[in-house]
Amino acid sequence: MDWSFMERFAPLYVQAAGLTLRIGSLGIALSLGVGLLCCLARYYRVPGLRQISRAYIELARNTPLLVQLFFLYFGLPKIGIKLSGEACAVIGLAFLGGAYMAESLRSGLEAVDRSQREAGECLGLTRAQNLRYVILPQALATAVPSLCANVIFLLKETSVFSAVALADLMYVAKDLIGMYYKTDEALTMLVCAYLVILLPISILFTLLERRLRYAGFGAGRAV
Amino acid sequence: MLASALGVLFKGRNLARLLGGLWVTLRLSAVSILLSVALGLALGMVMTLRSPIIRALTRLWLETIRIVPQLVLLFIVYFGLARAFNLQLSGEAAAVVVFVFWGAGEMGDLVRGALTSIPAHQRESGAALGLTRWQINRYVLIPQTLRRLIPQAINLATRMIKTTSLVMIIGVVEVLKISQQIIDASRYDAPQAAVFIYGVVFLMYFMVCWPISLLPGRLEKRWKE
Amino acid sequence: MAEYLLEAQHLRKAFEDKTVLQDVSLGVRRGEVVVIGPSGCGKSTLLRCLNGLESVDGGEILLEGQIISGQKKNLHLIRQRVGMVFQSYDLFPHMDVLGNLVLGPTRALKRPSKEVETEAMAALARVGLADSAHVLPRQLSGGQKQRVALVRAMLMHPEVLLLDEITAALDPEMVREVLDVVLELARSGMTMVIVTHEMRFAEAVADRVVFLENGLVVEESVPAQFFHQPHTQRAQQFLASFCYDSVRDGKNMQNTKEAN
Repeated sequence: MDWSFMERFAPLYVQAAGLTLRIGSLGIALSLGVGLLCCLARYYRVPGLRQISRAYIELARNTPLLVQLFFLYFGLPKIGIKLSGEACAVIGLAFLGGAYMAESLRSGLEAVDRSQREAGECLGLTRAQNLRYVILPQALATAVPSLCANVIFLLKETSVFSAVALADLMYVAKDLIGMYYKTDEALTMLVCAYLVILLPISILFTLLERRLRYAGFGAGRAV
Repeated sequence: MLASALGVLFKGRNLARLLGGLWVTLRLSAVSILLSVALGLALGMVMTLRSPIIRALTRLWLETIRIVPQLVLLFIVYFGLARAFNLQLSGEAAAVVVFVFWGAGEMGDLVRGALTSIPAHQRESGAALGLTRWQINRYVLIPQTLRRLIPQAINLATRMIKTTSLVMIIGVVEVLKISQQIIDASRYDAPQAAVFIYGVVFLMYFMVCWPISLLPGRLEKRWKE
Repeated sequence: MAEYLLEAQHLRKAFEDKTVLQDVSLGVRRGEVVVIGPSGCGKSTLLRCLNGLESVDGGEILLEGQIISGQKKNLHLIRQRVGMVFQSYDLFPHMDVLGNLVLGPTRALKRPSKEVETEAMAALARVGLADSAHVLPRQLSGGQKQRVALVRAMLMHPEVLLLDEITAALDPEMVREVLDVVLELARSGMTMVIVTHEMRFAEAVADRVVFLENGLVVEESVPAQFFHQPHTQRAQQFLASFCYDSVRDGKNMQNTKEAN
């Protein structure tokens, strides 16, 4: 291992990791919003929107992010829609992630008893209040494990961003391999960078899930 | 203009080439999935053993594939192994190695989950009926395990098919790479072709994965009846 | 002022092709306790129609003379005036007892939370649950949960309270503690529509008993009459089914036979 080489190029990785995190968190935040809208459209059976979100979910879940990005980044400019690499990455991640988030949230919503919704209605809560105070908190608690899995999945998916010319971790690693033939060093730093990003998040999520399970009001319905 | 862009798709052998690329994608997926299922079944049974060493090792395996992106694994195998062991794998071979490493791990965990999800009293009530050990497995345990396992395994399969799109980055000529070549070749006479060609690839993946993704729901519905 | 606080006129309700309510008319005066039952289906559906949880296929529901059925928009305003408690308690599992109690008054009625909390604590104390304000519902027994559910509904100060078999899921020894709360409410002049299987309780609490069968009101009378001199044959049959004398006789006869 060439330690001085690694030291020299470590800042590049830090910068790239920053980009991955920035675009990743933006895309994930958007995907949560998209997912929430879609699953609510289906939960409340909003005519029109409900069918659209169904079709969108199927499309997004059954195509690779890389192909989605190519379409956005190389395809759309040719018909006059020019998007920067970063914009494509964020849109692509939100498009893909929104569908996954919607499915997780939907199974959370379905796990909430119909009678809970009715109990809220009987207290005279408006539909929005009922959703906000009664239904969503319970649905989210059930959905947390699968939402967390989605976050990790989406952060991993960011590794294809180099394909739309973003200087992310993969891009830096490939560059260093191509230019200096320092394959071992470049790959070691690449793996380390992903571990530094994903390991803490993964551990945090595990703890969060464990806490929720012990609080466990969603699980083990008491009679 | 649009017509000429659309025309690129049907010019020469372009469509045939795209379908050929899709075939490469599907072949790669099929090989990876089959190997993953076979290895995963064995791994899953091993994972139900109580040996702490096996537990630690499989745990490490699972955490690795959970945290390290598949593309990084591809880089490690394709670029890293080549240097470390002077072993120059073809892109396609590297891809199979990575996808099986990933797929077998996930499949193993699914198998373990399905096996341990069956309550002990199922075996006991089978025994209470006077069934032999083999009969208990054949008629009681295996059908229940499969019902739990198959939908999840199908889900894993569609994820693997989608992930094969990554191999173009390590130089495997599959559907996405071929579409890139076609677009490059026609970039002067029909620049708009990119939208159509990538759109077609998008739809190709959809047409392959969507029907498969509907299967688990169908199966669960049928089993419920 | 309308004669009835809550009134159903010629109510009709079907699920797919199964008619549950054929033609049900029912009026509840202010301060009156009406017990529906005791047998046959459609009771719960009637209650659920009364506060709009189910839409009706025909007829009208009136609250203080105003038609409320068929309305979609401001159902929550009606439900603030018509409380309901279910068999399955349906406390919100993610909030403690106090949280359950103050949610409606603070959010739906937008009352200040300090004031509501004080009131809620006092109400909890009245039903013997002062210590449980900060525990989660799953830590309570069924009887305790149902008392909390009653308090939760009452804190909305509804004009009428609908109780749907609220003791049906309880262990026998917990039934009393819940029914005592209901009796207390009746004594304080609360207007209630109650569906119950507890015949003794019904006799004690009801001003009027309505007997529903096959989606029709078969008999409607005061409890003294209903339980002791029912008009209709159907009601007589029903009341007889609670009587085990014939069974005992039969058993004794068999014993004597064997002795011989």
